[in-house]
Amino acid sequence: MSARDEIFASIRRSLNVGPVDAPRRDAVVARLAQAPVGIIPRRGHGDAAERLATFKAEAERVQATVAEVATAADVPAEIARYLRENNLPATIRFGDDPRLADMPWAETALEVARGPSEGDDLNAVAAAFAGVAETGTLALVSGADNPTTLNFLPDNHFVVLFADDLVADLESVFARLREKYGPGALPRTVNFITGPSRSADIEQTLLLGAHGPRRLHVVVARGLS
Amino acid sequence: MSVAATTPRFKANVHEALHDLRLQGALPHARNFIGRRADAAARLPEFDALRDSARAIKDHTLAHLDLYLEAYEKKVVEAGGHVHYARDSDEAVAVILGICKARDAKVVTKGKSMISEEIGLNAALEREGINAVETDLGEYVIQLRGEAPSHIIAPAIHVSRDDIEADFRRAHRDLAPDRDLSQPEQLLGEARAILRDRFLSADIGLTGANFLVAETGTSIIVTNEGNGDLTQILPKVHVVLASLEKITPTLNDVAQILRVLARSATGQDMSVYTTLSTGPRRPGDPDGPEEYHVVLLDNGRSATLGGPFAEMLRCIRCGACMNHCPVYHAVGGHAYGWVYPGPMGAVLTPLLIGVAEGGNLPNASTFCGRCEAVCPMRIPLPKLMRIWREREFARGLTSPFARAAIRLWAFFASRPTLYGLAVEPAMRLLARIGRRRGRFAWLPFAGGWTRGRDFPAPQGATFQSRWRAKSGATR
Amino acid sequence: MSDSQAAQAQLRVGLFVTCLVDLIRPSVGFAAVKLLEDAGCAVIAPRQTCCGQPAYNSGDRADAQAIARRTIESFAGCDYVVAPSGSCAGMLARHYPELFSEEPDMAIKAAAFAAKCCELTSFLVDRLGVTKISARYAGVAAYHDSCSGLRELGIRDQPRKLLAGVEGLRLVDLEESDVCCGFGGTFAIKYGELSDAIVARKCDKILASGADTLIAGDLGCLMNMAGKLQRQGRAVKVRHVAEVLAGMGDEPAIGEPAAEAAK
Repeated sequence: MSARDEIFASIRRSLNVGPVDAPRRDAVVARLAQAPVGIIPRRGHGDAAERLATFKAEAERVQATVAEVATAADVPAEIARYLRENNLPATIRFGDDPRLADMPWAETALEVARGPSEGDDLNAVAAAFAGVAETGTLALVSGADNPTTLNFLPDNHFVVLFADDLVADLESVFARLREKYGPGALPRTVNFITGPSRSADIEQTLLLGAHGPRRLHVVVARGLS
Repeated sequence: MSVAATTPRFKANVHEALHDLRLQGALPHARNFIGRRADAAARLPEFDALRDSARAIKDHTLAHLDLYLEAYEKKVVEAGGHVHYARDSDEAVAVILGICKARDAKVVTKGKSMISEEIGLNAALEREGINAVETDLGEYVIQLRGEAPSHIIAPAIHVSRDDIEADFRRAHRDLAPDRDLSQPEQLLGEARAILRDRFLSADIGLTGANFLVAETGTSIIVTNEGNGDLTQILPKVHVVLASLEKITPTLNDVAQILRVLARSATGQDMSVYTTLSTGPRRPGDPDGPEEYHVVLLDNGRSATLGGPFAEMLRCIRCGACMNHCPVYHAVGGHAYGWVYPGPMGAVLTPLLIGVAEGGNLPNASTFCGRCEAVCPMRIPLPKLMRIWREREFARGLTSPFARAAIRLWAFFASRPTLYGLAVEPAMRLLARIGRRRGRFAWLPFAGGWTRGRDFPAPQGATFQSRWRAKSGATR
Repeated sequence: MSDSQAAQAQLRVGLFVTCLVDLIRPSVGFAAVKLLEDAGCAVIAPRQTCCGQPAYNSGDRADAQAIARRTIESFAGCDYVVAPSGSCAGMLARHYPELFSEEPDMAIKAAAFAAKCCELTSFLVDRLGVTKISARYAGVAAYHDSCSGLRELGIRDQPRKLLAGVEGLRLVDLEESDVCCGFGGTFAIKYGELSDAIVARKCDKILASGADTLIAGDLGCLMNMAGKLQRQGRAVKVRHVAEVLAGMGDEPAIGEPAAEAAK
């Protein structure tokens, strides 16, 4: 008997069930199809302004910084300002996301590189798939538009969040993922990011920038244009 | 079993731990988790309702585990991944070595995985000449020290900053000997730089999983450092090593459990990185692994379903039980003698290595109940420890002396009249002996108590004899 | 209301004195009787031994069941069963039904019995609505929450509420008052070194509170903490909450010599 068969047999023996048991199977099929939501905290709810306020407060609690700009066109200037004010090099890398590519980077002094990171970039920009107000969390999806390496290798991580993509809770992000990728399917990687990288492994002292970015700066764009 | 247990020597381990000044200096850090958890729970009015929700999800999943496992497997394969089953540690190790050899792997980077500890993976890889590199900062530190984790989420909590500095100076010999490592930031910076090279040069990245999602065939890791992500996106092969009970039906179910996981563990609302991985990289993806394998370990878990210890399979490895345990606080994790310390370890260890080897752990509890009170999955840990004690007693594993003492006492305790006749003169005698000091510095059969504590002398006649004398036989 | 009516309305309370109080410190039992009688109860104390916890927690289920059967029988006919201990009351109220989970008839009896069982201070406050007691105690006291009472029965505010009414007594905060003292029944002997390390920390907290008196509701924990404090040569007096509430605070403290012997 293969390991697989033996494990399944052992589970069924312990549960005292057979492999064909229609009511059990129906319960599982139904749950997978319906994906019922459970208890949703009130914290993330409210209208767009309240959601944004909650998102900002929660993100700042976990040492992210949040800036708001009017439109996508204002993003490069905000990132240039952040780099300048923190004495960071004026370089930036991002993927193929047209929402980023179409921004007026040339109007800044930033040196722009494109594509995934090889591990020697200081600064990267990604566009978020969504933001979660409840916990100040960003959701990013893998692909050529926003390579996953950009979320982890650079020291300073900039994430552009379009205000329309700011939802109340994780369940709302999952609903959007199902809508975009189809039921039961996901892109290779979905990153939920809540603040910059950290470790408390040395005597429980909180240190930022353990292996991932030391800084996480979120730029919320209220409109596309 | 791949990892040797010192659990049978628990009392000796305790003695050593209590006299280890360095350890005693580091252990108070574990108490930091208490206030953080309490604050996080207090900030979320729905916290206790979420605990109930999380528990119900796990109970439902475990009752349908075969079916969710089938659904999960189908989705992983659809996404281009591979699922391997391992009945025990040796099979899991063999599967992983097989994947390594097929890729001629020299370096395997590792995200934090307690299952890897359970199966003794690092030693097995090293025996085959494969360099296993722990990348979680705490795991990296204890790997340099040749130790096992002493806490399931803070593996190096027993190590002081000075010790880490000494370990780094010993291990990183090609760096300037006079470099300044006096600050935690400098230690972190050095580990970050060294491990960055390992991430970029690894052939295989191995992570654990907090959840395996049946809805989508996704594995999920929850981390703070980002090491787990660098482990799994940079090498060509991503191997996920997880035990069966990580199966969770849907993403929405995951969301419920996530809300209690980090709060119970570190007191964070969310850990920094919650990463969902589904299969290998897709056409057009510029990064991510080309192969994706999941190794599912049973190691006796399937046999646990449906029995009294099935509730233990709800455990999500947050560490809250040990963070709130007076025994853990006193001696730290290594004294428990195997992979899993604290109250969850006291229940799980006998399940995985047998009650004959692990029996000390469920006995070494005051049943204070704090673990159960904070467990996000509401696992009745003291009750499960008591069931182990019952099994030991039934199987004659309890020490003959303790057994005889309990049975003799119980003989009298179930016969009130006889009991009264027996205890009355004994108490009067003890009272007379102890009258002058009011307490004893030594008592027969109670050396465990009187070595460090006095024992109060009885006041004299028992309550019951005084009561009857005072009120007559009618009352 | 005539005397006979009052007697009819009087609750018949069985005192489950607990084996430790019975053997080591009967004065706690008499304090409990006084408090219950002052609150208008008729107190009886049928022949009894122990709740069976030592057997239960040692894995000796059969003996624990035998003891539980005896206890349930002994207290038949009481409106309530009250114990000056959260741990023993927890055993009666929470664990007896569990002990007979495989014996339906006994399980029903055990559940009915469990519903009548109560810890002393919570019985006074929650069931009888006692708000005021008349007692005096000159001292600054710290209160330790014993684990079973706290976590199995939710006893926290009740003893503090009653102690607040004791004239001359000032309650101070005890850091980690909800953390185990390391007693744990047979654990204190079987894992003596570990138990001793846990109670040593508890003593540090007690000393740091600045209290001259330590109060708790469980004699086992009190004996453990008193024994450690005394071995350390500390002057802190250790007393059961029932004694303080009953105005029996002049009784020699736990582990102190009897008055005439000390002369």
